[in-house]
Amino acid sequence: MGTTAPAAASVRGSSGRVGDVIFEWMCRGAGILVLLLLGGIIITLFVGGLPALRQFGISFIWSTEWDPVEGREEFGGGIAILGTIVASLLAIIMAVPLAFGVAFFLTELAPGWLKRPVGTAIELLAAIPSIIYGMWGLFVIVPIIQGYIQLGWIGEALAEIPGIGFLFASNSFTGTSLFAAALVLAIMILPFIAATMRDVFDQVPAVFKESAYGLGATRWEVVRNVVLPYTRTSVVGGIMLGLGRALGETMAVTFVIGNANRIAVSIFDPTTTIASVVAMEFPESLTGSLQQSSLLLLGFLLFVISFVVLAISRYLLRSKLKS
Amino acid sequence: MSTTFTPSAPVRNADVAGGLARRRKIADAAVRWFCIGATILALVFLASIIVTLLWRGLEAMDLTIFTDEFRPTTYGDPSAQKGGLLHAITGSLMMVSLATLIGTPIGLLVGTYLSEYARGSALGNAVRFVSDVLLSAPSILIGLFIYQLVVLPMGGFSGIAGVLSLAIIVIPVVVRTTEDMLSLIPNTLREAVVGLGAPKWKMIILVCYKAAIAGIVTGVLLAIARIAGETAPLLLTSFGNNVVSGAMTRAMASLPVTIYQQANSGYPDLIAIAWSGALIVTLGVLLINIAARALLRNRG
Repeated sequence: MGTTAPAAASVRGSSGRVGDVIFEWMCRGAGILVLLLLGGIIITLFVGGLPALRQFGISFIWSTEWDPVEGREEFGGGIAILGTIVASLLAIIMAVPLAFGVAFFLTELAPGWLKRPVGTAIELLAAIPSIIYGMWGLFVIVPIIQGYIQLGWIGEALAEIPGIGFLFASNSFTGTSLFAAALVLAIMILPFIAATMRDVFDQVPAVFKESAYGLGATRWEVVRNVVLPYTRTSVVGGIMLGLGRALGETMAVTFVIGNANRIAVSIFDPTTTIASVVAMEFPESLTGSLQQSSLLLLGFLLFVISFVVLAISRYLLRSKLKS
Repeated sequence: MSTTFTPSAPVRNADVAGGLARRRKIADAAVRWFCIGATILALVFLASIIVTLLWRGLEAMDLTIFTDEFRPTTYGDPSAQKGGLLHAITGSLMMVSLATLIGTPIGLLVGTYLSEYARGSALGNAVRFVSDVLLSAPSILIGLFIYQLVVLPMGGFSGIAGVLSLAIIVIPVVVRTTEDMLSLIPNTLREAVVGLGAPKWKMIILVCYKAAIAGIVTGVLLAIARIAGETAPLLLTSFGNNVVSGAMTRAMASLPVTIYQQANSGYPDLIAIAWSGALIVTLGVLLINIAARALLRNRG
């Protein structure tokens, strides 16, 4: 007894230690694999884009040429980069007020029995695949834009405004346009921003709100003077998260933006984005061609832009993540 | 507000106060109605998507959708037979299940690492940050990555390339929920297990996983729902195919890519079939989501 017990314990102890070491390294190895994945994505995109970068130099970023015809190939990413940024910013401008409204409704206005079903419905909106948004946008939103907004009295009135009328006048009447893409993007990112806002609004200590109500403040005053100042960084983080999503959205945009290599002067002009030009042209481009390399370079640039935006978003949301 | 109260002031002050109160009430009501309107608008979008899917999707929905593979358009040829989506459904099922099988264990291990081994360590923070970035990174770039890494060396589009690109999307989803769920487990439970003499790996596998199983399954379900509708990465990796095929080293059809191709074909009958596919995908994705939420709620 006195001799066997320590032996048994040491055998069990050592098998436990070996198991511990193996399991810990499996976990750590998987973690390192994730780091390698990100590094691999950056490197392969950059290496793939290198021939185009060598050929066109840094002016690739602002050049508006895009000519895949053999013999006079000339590529520049200016229009796609501009289209990506403008469409995403327009989407944010439309989505943020709506998302705030939904979040405010869910945290302060809705009666208890309504909170869960409405909250679930908003979350389901986030679950719908982007290709469905694209088809719905093309068959429902685009005809509405074409018939009721652009060619309706709204569009005609906007186009008459002196000075900025040209932003709303277009010689393209198909409805597939920068505006259609921004609108569909806004609907897609709305639930992401709304969910973040709702979560951070819920974290405001009840005492703060009750104190303000006790002083006679209305609900809007409580939100404006107590809730929003308290949650400001997280709210901006949520908006950046939505922006990050919008920048890289592919299928929905491909369906409705018109995919034309021209700068959209008017919001009703067709244009293109990085993700949609890659989706449209990459499967048909020749292996090793300058076109394929240019598309990979565009992908690299998209990665850099969204990485920066997502990193800022995560930095701003870190306090929310901790709690 | 006014600081002096002259005899004639109370009347004016009451006016001012009344005006101010009215303005505050109007502002409050305006914001309230705006918020209610915004919520209704968001619900209208959801309803419109579902109604459109049902209305357009039921048009071509019949048994042949599930039993037949692709057939060319019947447009202008009434004797021709209508095609189906069997090739796309089988392709999607194969690629999604394989991708889940590959991505889930990796995501589970990473989540375990973040929660049990690397709380506060520099490597852990880096992995957490990168995983969160991958969670929101444009999925088409993952397609480009796998194209360079797998499709080019193999010399063509393949099912296995599609599986790998979907698996990369699964990992960060599973990581997020696994870490969240494991960190909800009270430390006293861990201490009790270790106090009984169990090694750490047994504590994690036999006790922590068991306590967090509902959350982990939820994460896997959400990951499946996410990749079932992914189109962009598959467009660059598995591309498409018109027949039922189990060959993983060849191009493979999937529901989202088939929908995309047929919706852009310009033939009304093929577009109708695309809508049926869209209805199938969306119903599947929404049902998985609702199941995942119900599972988590029953536990909590």
